[in-house]
Amino acid sequence: MSEIRFTDQHEWVRVENGVGTVGITKYAADSLGDVVYVELPSAGKKLNPGGEAAVVESVKAASEVYSPVAGEVIEANQVIADEPAQVNADPEGEGWFFRLRVSDMGALSKLMTNDQYKEFLKGL
Amino acid sequence: MNAPDTETLRRTPLHALHLELGGKMVPFAGYDMPVQYPTGILKEHLHTREQAGLFDVSHMGQRFLVGIDDAAVARALEAFTPGDFQSLGRGRIRYSLLLNESGGIVDDFMTTRSHDPDEDGRFFLVVNAGRKAVDDVFIRERLPSNVTLEKAVDRALIALQGPMAETVMARHCPPAAALSFMSATVADIDGVSCRISRSGYTGEDGYEISIPASDAERITRLLLAEKEVLPIGLGARDSLRLEAGLSLYGHEIDEGTSPVEADLTWVIGKRRKMERNFPGATRIMDELLSGPSRKRVGILPDGKAPAREGTEIVNGNGQRIGIVTSGGFGPSAGGPIAMGYVESAFAQDGSEIALMVRGTPRAAKVVPLPFIAHRYKR
Repeated sequence: MSEIRFTDQHEWVRVENGVGTVGITKYAADSLGDVVYVELPSAGKKLNPGGEAAVVESVKAASEVYSPVAGEVIEANQVIADEPAQVNADPEGEGWFFRLRVSDMGALSKLMTNDQYKEFLKGL
Repeated sequence: MNAPDTETLRRTPLHALHLELGGKMVPFAGYDMPVQYPTGILKEHLHTREQAGLFDVSHMGQRFLVGIDDAAVARALEAFTPGDFQSLGRGRIRYSLLLNESGGIVDDFMTTRSHDPDEDGRFFLVVNAGRKAVDDVFIRERLPSNVTLEKAVDRALIALQGPMAETVMARHCPPAAALSFMSATVADIDGVSCRISRSGYTGEDGYEISIPASDAERITRLLLAEKEVLPIGLGARDSLRLEAGLSLYGHEIDEGTSPVEADLTWVIGKRRKMERNFPGATRIMDELLSGPSRKRVGILPDGKAPAREGTEIVNGNGQRIGIVTSGGFGPSAGGPIAMGYVESAFAQDGSEIALMVRGTPRAAKVVPLPFIAHRYKR
């Protein structure tokens, strides 16, 4: 059983068996434009909710990616490090950024559901 | 709310067309301009290098410098620039700089001496959008009473850039195809008299075309209808000029920068050097002789991480030796590229430096400019 949650900074986290997969939303990827570089956290790095976790750069600018939840990084997605365009091609699938062992499952409920995020986007 | 007030932004004669084409509009130099179209910056950039890209540059300042004859206008220009305008041939364009008394760069600009003897005493100037107001005052303060600066009113300016630009122009304006780079003429496109310059700021062959505002959208649509041509936004314009190693006002050059530091000494005419009579000549001639304390260079980061404008440049001991003035990803270069200023001791090609990206020093090298060879039609 997995559930996907969203932040107001346009990250998503999909949690399965205590492991969260994090990426940026399609809205964020489209707004950034062509992604040309990503900087990903190393395994073992401890992240705080809302803390800087990764960097994503388009031709024009660099932006930070924040961790939606607290946890310890297990794995970074080498695919987007080698081929950053994957972030634009499939932002909410193959273009994920990193996986972490979520240390505070309760905090998930504070994040937006898919429907809530859709509503949030309408207000932007 | 700190969001820019879009009500106060100016619009070019092509504004409605940008919206129709899906342009993502951003404020730039007081104008509401397209940073990209749905094609995206990466593809827009590559398309310009492979075929042809059309840019709206109507925000730039179009001016006429008017005097009794070309010689009088050329002499007037030389009072505030280091160029040799007295030797500029008819129908020829020259890149030059407005210099203040301490040799600092007030603006960079293009000047055209008309091809047409009937336009004797009328030079055409194109200056940066963000410097128009400053330039107008600066130039007028330095003109003799018999030379005047006039705004070219109600005109759009578009740039058609890329290896297919000539082919496209030949279909609509045969005289344009006959021009060599840095030459200009006046010719009709679909019955509209346009000022056509073979010039640009992408490193590619191409044209800049000044069109009466009332006909601008129609002529632009005509060119966009050609299969080789795509509309290109400011994002790709910036990455193209960066790969071409070309300076951008407010980034590589400003009032505190001299032409020698900016590696633009070639704009100083040989006769002007001998006469030493241009603004800031004392400082500039001294820098030419003994070398400037810092110099504009090309920078190639070792890894994949781009270094943006404002990134500190350090030496092997972590001491600050310069700063990045433009930096990002070069789509044709296939990786990160940058330009910046370094202390002269580090300015030679191959010099090893480091860039402080997000607090971490990352290895980089000083490299010759441009990153992508120019392909002008001489």
